[in-house]
Formats: sequence, structure tokens, C-alpha cells
Amino acid sequence: MSTRLATGGRLLNKSRAVSFTFNGQHMTGYEGDTLASALLANDQMLVGRSFKYHRPRGIVASGAEEPNGLVNLGQGGRFEPNQRVTTTELFDGLTAKSQNHWPSLEFDVGAINAQMSRFMPAGFYYKTFMYPRPLWKHVYEPFIRKAAGLGAAPKERDDDTYEHFYAFCDVLVIGGGVAGLQAAKAAADTGARVMLIEQTAHWGGRAPVDGGEIAGKPVDNYVDETVAALEAMDNVTLRRRMMGAGVYDHGYVLSYERLTDHAPEMDGPRHRLWRIRAGHIVTATGAIERPLSFAGNDIPGVMLASAVRDYVTNFGVSPGDRTVVVTNNDNAYLTAIALKHAGLDVPAILDARVLPTDSALMAQAKALGIRVLMGHGVSTVMGGKRVTGVAVCSQAGEGSILETIPCDVVAMSGGWSPVVHLWSHCGGKLTWDTAQAAFKPDVDKAPTGADGKAFVTAAGSASGALLLADVLSDADAAGQAAATATGHKTGRNASAAPEASHTPEAPMAPVWLMPHGAGIKLRSKAWLDYQNDVKVSDVQLAAQEGFHSVEHAKRYTTLGMATDQGKLSNINGLAILSDSLNQPIPQTGTTTFRPPYTPISMGAIGGEARGDVFQPIRRTPMHDWHDENGAEWEPVGHWRRPYAYVRSGESTHDAVMRETKNTRDNLGLLDASTLGKIIVRGPDAGKFLDMMYTNMMSTLKPGKCRYGLMCDENGFLIDDGVVARIDEQTWLCHTTTGGAERIHAHMEEWLQTEWWTWQVYVANVTEQYAQIAVVGPKAREALEHLGGMDVSAETLGFMDWADGTLGGFDVRVYRISFSGELSYEIAVPASQGQALWDTLMAVGAGLGVMPYGTECLHILRAEKGFIMIGDETDGTVIPQDLGLHWAISKKKDDFIGKRGQERSHMVDPTRWQLVGLETVDGSTLPDGAYASAEGTNANGQRETQGRVTSTYHSPNLDRGIAMGLVLNGPDRMGEVLTFPGTDGKEYKAKIVSPVFYDPEGEKPNV
Amino acid sequence: MLILTCPCCGVTGEETEFHAGGEAHLKRHGPGSTEDQFEEYLFMRENPKGVHFERWRHVYGCGKWFHAARSTTTLEVYGTYAAQTHEPPKDLRDTISKKVPGWTWREFQ
Ligand SMILES: [Zn+2]
Repeated sequence: MSTRLATGGRLLNKSRAVSFTFNGQHMTGYEGDTLASALLANDQMLVGRSFKYHRPRGIVASGAEEPNGLVNLGQGGRFEPNQRVTTTELFDGLTAKSQNHWPSLEFDVGAINAQMSRFMPAGFYYKTFMYPRPLWKHVYEPFIRKAAGLGAAPKERDDDTYEHFYAFCDVLVIGGGVAGLQAAKAAADTGARVMLIEQTAHWGGRAPVDGGEIAGKPVDNYVDETVAALEAMDNVTLRRRMMGAGVYDHGYVLSYERLTDHAPEMDGPRHRLWRIRAGHIVTATGAIERPLSFAGNDIPGVMLASAVRDYVTNFGVSPGDRTVVVTNNDNAYLTAIALKHAGLDVPAILDARVLPTDSALMAQAKALGIRVLMGHGVSTVMGGKRVTGVAVCSQAGEGSILETIPCDVVAMSGGWSPVVHLWSHCGGKLTWDTAQAAFKPDVDKAPTGADGKAFVTAAGSASGALLLADVLSDADAAGQAAATATGHKTGRNASAAPEASHTPEAPMAPVWLMPHGAGIKLRSKAWLDYQNDVKVSDVQLAAQEGFHSVEHAKRYTTLGMATDQGKLSNINGLAILSDSLNQPIPQTGTTTFRPPYTPISMGAIGGEARGDVFQPIRRTPMHDWHDENGAEWEPVGHWRRPYAYVRSGESTHDAVMRETKNTRDNLGLLDASTLGKIIVRGPDAGKFLDMMYTNMMSTLKPGKCRYGLMCDENGFLIDDGVVARIDEQTWLCHTTTGGAERIHAHMEEWLQTEWWTWQVYVANVTEQYAQIAVVGPKAREALEHLGGMDVSAETLGFMDWADGTLGGFDVRVYRISFSGELSYEIAVPASQGQALWDTLMAVGAGLGVMPYGTECLHILRAEKGFIMIGDETDGTVIPQDLGLHWAISKKKDDFIGKRGQERSHMVDPTRWQLVGLETVDGSTLPDGAYASAEGTNANGQRETQGRVTSTYHSPNLDRGIAMGLVLNGPDRMGEVLTFPGTDGKEYKAKIVSPVFYDPEGEKPNV
Repeated sequence: MLILTCPCCGVTGEETEFHAGGEAHLKRHGPGSTEDQFEEYLFMRENPKGVHFERWRHVYGCGKWFHAARSTTTLEVYGTYAAQTHEPPKDLRDTISKKVPGWTWREFQ
């Protein structure tokens, strides 16, 4: 069993007990525990079930690389799945639940999958679930959905807050182990602005556990002194619980700080995402120990050797009473020695190597009375939910059992892999270190910055320097190099790296499979990826089936695709793949390292951008009035526009019908302030607008308005609106509501990058004006009540505009109509908008005035057959498709889109053309419905011959009206088309003219 | 995330301040051009491994368009220059030649 020891625990405060629950069971730990160490102290080795076979899984590691110990943490608004027990600091009241099992952790029905594992090899899903197609809906998908996903999704809104920080520094040191501390000190001594971040709560990394001396004192002393020295320096910022998540172009780093995870009662944001721009980055990210691939290496109780000694030394926890150490290197002997010193049993060390003489550590172990078997390994681990023993074999053989040794923990070590993730994120290349059998940073191929020079330096064991003395000197050099790279003087005023001493280690020997000649039976039980259940045999099968590229093999087997991203499994998997392909490991290469290094919370990514501040909203000057008068809001770009003004006792549909009828019969007011208004001015403004619009704008007379179309170079229609000529050199161009910024940018782009000698100035004045459309047969009467300028048909004709005063307001009045009614659009400075609106409502009171919203606007324009950008257009429609030939100049040599509209596909007579559609029974066509045609296409789908682009119920005509694009539409008037709806019904509609109302256009022209 | 210097206002800023605008120095072909010329103008683009010339706009700054010469592999920025030119300036081309001997991009080298 695992238990708390009477002694040890350098990170614990044993005077403070902490209570928590696991699967509802009350447990206690100490302040300073991680959830993992506290679980082990309570004899809870079993923490979850694996993804595919639901095999029992125990704690393997002690840090960020943990693949098994994932729990659902917290409750309600603080619930979060897939939290690693090894990186979760214990706090009072913590609640954790294990994942991926049913009905309970101890007894799991899904474990039946394990019995079937013979039938679920690599690529099982791809092979099995392809055909027959009909089985997908009722068999495959429910099965996959049930099996998929480890944790549960949160159900409530997140109770916590999050924020983003921006920071700048000369040197950013990622990792606060001894390498990071020394690199930071070396850089800071030059005067450079240094930031040092550490993902855990403690400085010093694992060096204090592994022993040795720095400057003649224990490592802990060096850590304390260096941290104190750094804290005293003004040019240094130190942050703990902050992980370097990703390294990006030109020294940009995303970093993830966990502020209150360890103390939820604290005020302030829970997580912080730092966006750091660093002159140079030092990755002092350490190394991760590798598992060994032997049968049964996933049984709870099989752990990394370094993790076992971490639990003993840091947390005073014994993972088990009897530990067998299995290794291919000297480093794991430290674990055996630490266990012995803690008074625990180590029946044997199985060392796969054969060495000519005993190394120093080997001699120490033997002196403690530990039995060391050289050239030996594990044939298989015995046990189910907990290790009960190991069967020993010769590493060189096929696994014949020489003896069995009872034990409850197996501490394994396959050597160490430098953590190269951050080095690799932005293009840093790797090289193969034969002595350590590991990939390490290739110093000649570092990520390069804006100046073409390296901007990342790896330090300490992250660079491949694994032993204490090498770590310190390497890190000191890295810190100095980083400071120099940012222009700081090399002449240090402090001494170079302090002297360090440690017990020498004999060379390791690569072992990728144990025993070397393991047969299929053993290989099918030798796990590579614990979380995703990938075994040695799976990778070998993938290679056999032709998945030779490491990226293909990864996806086929799902090796390294779990939430731990293969921190433990990748290198072992690569080695097996290389062996199967009979090629050296460097030739196989690695999969791509992608940020973040470990998962970061969605809350941190979102930061403050949630709720009301998620996205800024644009409001017109009359917004509050609309809000107080029943407006239902419609988002249009970033604007909010009233969809309809709903009165009490009325449905939204009722309101729309009422507004539409009233505007045709009496008087309607529309807040048109959101329409884009762009001033184009200069000696060449006319010439420029002739290029921008399909029609001629240079010939427009001052005081007149013209409707214009804008296309892109492909010829596709991108915007429309009324252009008014203000004076000889000035035009005002109206755009769609969503189009103002886009069209302004479009104009700027052409002026700056193509016609830069033309003298034209463009300004977006959209928000400077409030604009109100006064619409309906009584519009003129209303304005006459206001008094001021002459708005008669004789003085201000259709498509005229004039400046003047109305009711005391300085106004610009455009006589334009998007409704087909007599209509005036009145612009005033934005600050006058509400006052003018109030005045118009007052004078309109006796004329039946009602405000109307966007849906009424849509119906009015559809009754008239006016197109709407975004409804009739979708980026593939040219003006000719919409019967707008009259708005395309034949006289101009050139305009944007003219050449595009001459391309063969654009002049194809079979392009669908705009028509009106009138349902046979008066109902309303479904939006976006397609008109079916005879026959089927190559995919077996029904052929189509048109589609609905706009559809409404017209209260003025009392039936459904629609517009659509139809094959040869204008030549097929009167023909009836069939539109199958998604509701299973078939809609019949007759092809008619798109102008349903006042076809002669008499109404606006009075 | 790149760092660029706007040649118009002199600000050195984060990529989020700018907006990428595709390949630089395209020749516009309008009415009267052949199908091949128009296709070239609208659709054909370089896809270089190495030296590349791009258009950028300082959209959350001075609003001006400019050009940037950079490497698509090392992300080195060789320089930025005004939008109002049909070709990369000679001194910039010389700078690139010193760093990347023998580079070519479209008709330039
Ligand atoms: Zn600028």
C-alpha cells in the first residue's frame, strides 16, 4: 500500500492538515501536498480508467507529464474536467472525481473492451466504422459518443474571472529550476531586464531531490540564495505558477499564470494569460524521464523512478512498501537509495545494462544491501488494479521467466528526454544525442527573429546537459548569451557559474523494448501511450500497414494525441516505429511540437472578453429611444438596429405587419443612421468614383443623387448605395450598414496602392451624422408642418438633395426612396439626432406616424424588387445576374470589375437570373429553398434550377412574396417551380416580375 | 506574431496592429487584357520558400499601406518600404543579396 512516512517531505507544512474528498470519500493531506501526493498518502493509487480499454490507471509521474491522473475538479461554476492530480495543489475543501468509468472506478463495465483488445487494434475505428453507411446513425455514432471524451463538460457558467497581461523584457527565462535560476542570474547581472517564470509553486526544480552540492552546500541553499539575490534586483521579475505555454514569431510568448487555483478563496482573477514580447528567450525547461516498454507497464503501481523519489523526498509519501527498480541508467539508482534511506524495501534493481565495472551509484546501492541484477529486465508485471510482483527475465532473451519478485511498486527509468517543446514551437530544430539516446536542441538551428538571428537558447537539461555541474555551467553561458543578444555588456560583475559536485554516473544504454526479443503476447501488453491505450504492437501494426511517416503513424494509432500530448510516449513510440522500419531514430524524426505545452483554460484565453465586453456594440444617437419604445434588436455588423417596435399585447410578426402597412398608408420613421457615409473629395474624385462604381458618377450634377453599384475585380457585386454630388470636387457615397469600414478601406487601398498620383481624399463620416428616413404618402405634409426649406416636388424633385433648415434644425435632405414611397432622408449632426426624431414624432402624431424597423424595411424593398446586399448577393453574384444592366455604364473604358465581368463564366447565359416568386397558395416560401429540376447529379443528389434569396409575407399584398435566382428566369414568366422545404413539404411558386408593388413607380415620384 | 516597422509613421508594432494584404507589386490588368494576363493578375501568386515581398497595412495606426520584404522560412524581415512603387528599392535588394546570395523573386534578383 502507499502511505505517509513519518519523516521527510521538504515541501510540506506538516503543522497544517488539509481535508478534501475523492469520489465522495473524505481524505486529509498537508499544506504543500499536490492532489497526487495526498491521494498516495491515503493509499489511493488507482485514479482513473484509460480511454479505449477502460483499464485501471494509477499515478505514474509527479509533474506536468502525468498521463493518467486526470480528474473532474470542483463543482458547479467551478467545475473543470481533465485536471492533472500531479499539478493540482491541495487546498481545504477540494473535491475531485475520477473519470471515464461506469458505474464506478473500482468496477467498470467498459473494461470489457480490454477483453476485446485483440479485436480492437490500431486503426480499429477507421477499419470498422466505414461501412455500411446506414449503421452510422444508430450504431457507430452512439457507440463512439459514449466512448469518447475523458472528463465531463461543465454545465454552469464559470464563476471565476480571467485577464490578459502584456509584458516586455530583454530576457525571458522559462523554467525556475537550477538552470533557470542560474541563467536568470547571469542575464540579470548584465543589467538586462529579466523575467523568470516557473510552472510549479517551487523554485529549484528537481535538483534538490537528486542531491549533489553547489559551492560546497546542499542544492536547497543555492536555490534560496539565488532566489533572494534575484528578488533584490530591480531589473528582475519572478513569477511562480506560471507556465511558458508557447513560443511564437519574433520572440512572442504566451504564458499561463494560475493565481488562485491553489487558494480559491483568494480575490482576483483565477488565471492570467501573459502576452510577452521578449528580446531573447532561455528555455530552461528541464527533462522528462521515459518509461520502459515491458508487459504490464500500465498496471497501477508502475511509476517513473524519478516520481517515486519525488514522492518520498518532497512529500514524505511512500508509493509502496516494496519497490523493484528497473532501469537502463544510473540515475534510477538514486530512487533505490532514497527508498532505502526512508526505511523502505527494495528487493531488487533490474538493470538492463551489462557494465564492465560497478559505477559509484551501483556500489552505493549494493552497500545498502540492495540486490542488483545486471542484464536483467521485466518479463511481465503481475497484478490487476495494483502491482503484486514482477516476473524477471534476461533483457537479451524473449522473456523466459527466471524468477518472480513480490512487490507493490515498480520504479522504471528508460533515460531522460530534454523538454524541447518550447524550443521547437517556432522552428527550432533538433539533433540526436547518441549518448543519451534523446533528441536535443540543435544549437545551430535555433528559431530566428526579425533580425534573422537566433532568439531562443536552451539551458541546462533542456539543452541536453543532464548532470548538475554541466547544468549550471551550460545555464550560466545561456544567460550571458541571451543578455548579449539583446545588446548588454558581457563583462559580468559577478562570478561565473558556481562549482557543483555530484556522484558520477555510468553511461545509459538505450532500451526500447523489454525484453529485447519480446514476442507478440508481451508486446500487446507493453503500453506506450497510457491515456490513449496505444501499445508497442499497435505502432508495429501501423508500420506494417504502411504508415511510415511519423505523423501518419501518430494519427493512425492516436499515439501522443491525448491531453498529455505524448510527453511520456512519443520517444518510445518513435523508437518502435524506427525499429519496425529498420531505420535509425533521427531518420524517423519527431512529430510537430505544438503549443500550449500543457492545456490552458478556455477562461484564460477569453480573458476579460465575456458578457457585455465580449464585443463592443455600436449604437445610433436614437438607440435609447428605440429601447424605451419596444425595439427588438437585430445585430447588423457591430450595430444594433431595431428589428421592429413591439407594442404590448402584440407579437413581433404583428408589429412588423402593422409597421409595413402603416408606412404605405400613412407615415413611417426609420433610423437610417447606420448607413455608411463616405466623403470623396479632390480634383480627381470624379475620375476615381468612375473606377469605383459600375455606373458613371463624374457626370452627376451637384444637388443630384444616383444609385450606384460597386464590384470587386472578379466582377462580383460587393456593395450598393446612393451617391450624392455635394459640389464640384465633393461626393458623398452611402454604403450598406455593414459596409462602411470595408468600402472605406477598399477606396483607400486603390488610392494608396494603384492610383497614388490621383488627388483624392476619402473620409468615413458615418458616425458624424444621424439620418432619419421620413417615409409614406404623408411624408411631405409632415415636413411642411416643421417649416423651413421648400420640400415641394417642384423644388426638391425625386433624387435631388438640398441643404436647409427644418423646424429650426440645420439639415441635409435627400429625396431618395428604398421603400417605393414618397420619402425624404434627413441628415443632421449626430448630436441633433434625438431632438429631430422627437420633433418628427410630434409633428407626425396627427398623421399616423409610427417608427419602423429593419424587417419592415426589408418587406417594403422586397415589394418593390429592390435587391439587398447579402440577400440577393453572396460574393458570387454579378450585377447582370440581378437585372441591373441599367446601372452598368457602357461608356466607360474601365471600372473595377469590368474585365472580370467579361470572363466566359460571367457571360454564360445559363447563370441564374433574378425573378420574383409568387406562391400558388399565398403561403411564404422557406428562405434559401432550392427549386428542384429533373434528374440527379453525379453525387446522386437532385438537380436544382434556382434558389430563394429573399422571402416575406407582404401585408400590403396579403400573400407571400419572394425573390430568387432562377435558370433562364426572366424568360420563364408564369412557369411554376417546385421548392422542397426542409419541413418535408413541397412549395409551388410562379415566376413573376420581382416588382410586386407600384410597378410604374408613381408613388415616390409625387 | 511578427514585428513590423511602418515606413510611413515609423512605428514598430505587433502584427495585430497591421493587416496583411497579400503579394506585392502585382500589375493590374483591366479591360482589353488577354485571358492569360487577367488570370495572372487575379489568381497566379508566388509561393516562395525564402525571400518574399508582401503588402501590409498599418490598419490600427496611420492607416497607410506599405511593402515588406521578409523570409517565409526564417521570418527575418529584410525591410519595409513605401507602397507607392512598382518594384523593391535597389538598396533593399542589395541588403537581401548580402544575406541571401542568389535570391530571386518573380523578375527581381
Ligand atoms: Zn504607420
